[in-house]
Amino acid sequence: MAETEYDKEHTHPGVGQYVEIGIILAVMTLLEVILFESFDRGFSTQVGIPALIILTILKFMLVVLWFMHLRFDHKLFRRLFFVGVALALLVFGIVGANFYLGPQPGF
Amino acid sequence: MSDMSAPLPGTDYEHSTSLGLSNNKLAMWTFIGSECLFFGALISTYLIYVGRTNEGPTPAGIYDIPFTSVSTFILLMSSLGMVLALAAIQAGEMRKFRTWILATGLMGATFLAGQFYEFTVFAAEEFNLTTSPFSSSFFVLTGFHGLHVALGILMLLAMWTASMMGRLPQQLHTTVENIGLYWHFVDIVWIIIFTVVYLIPAAPTAPPGG
Repeated sequence: MAETEYDKEHTHPGVGQYVEIGIILAVMTLLEVILFESFDRGFSTQVGIPALIILTILKFMLVVLWFMHLRFDHKLFRRLFFVGVALALLVFGIVGANFYLGPQPGF
Repeated sequence: MSDMSAPLPGTDYEHSTSLGLSNNKLAMWTFIGSECLFFGALISTYLIYVGRTNEGPTPAGIYDIPFTSVSTFILLMSSLGMVLALAAIQAGEMRKFRTWILATGLMGATFLAGQFYEFTVFAAEEFNLTTSPFSSSFFVLTGFHGLHVALGILMLLAMWTASMMGRLPQQLHTTVENIGLYWHFVDIVWIIIFTVVYLIPAAPTAPPGG
């Protein structure tokens, strides 16, 4: 596989930073599980579920920006990825709207 | 004795591209962008049918969250293994690279074994592909994710084998980076699945799913 001038110039995080991100991801996953378990002890899901979603988005962004190097890489790669994510969200919105607003399937 | 890290005949590491970017990396990001749509459609379908259980098992009744949490942790740590393998090959530390690649593959295999175990437990509780719209959407989504993990493991093993045979020199670190991108993508899909498919629907007062 070819190594281009760009590949030789752009930098990636060091091992220490990768390990830090790994630890943060592990702690966030633990927080998610603690949040989930706290629902059985009366913790409000109205607060807990948005918190779970926020933790998920943060974990997603940490992996994408650091482990996949989008924070450091060329903007074209960022565009390709986030266009895909935006289209996926659009599909989700259209399907969801069609399901909740349109005629119900006969299951 | 020949130099095992020398470029293969006909291999040109230095050729330039019109964008100044690796074409292979560009192709991988385009593929990943399209995969976002694929999994987006499957997750949307799951969310629509999660409430349609046909009087069969419900998410709260069937999921084993502590077990899935451990699987999730293992897959997350495999992503760490992947970046450490990339850092190792970029530094020319080939032995360390092979160790991390193998560790990443093993963690992926452990995750897959956990998924297989989960599916067999579900089957024993008469929760299978045809039980309900909820079960169909669950098995199709998690099954396709598992298939992606399996393909990733094959690619990791191929890289490990190539490195052992001296066919993956340090100059080809962009190959490792591209396969790493695929592996991390599989990981971020699971990050979403863990919350959206497992945690939220299994919560005591989960929002209605249709």
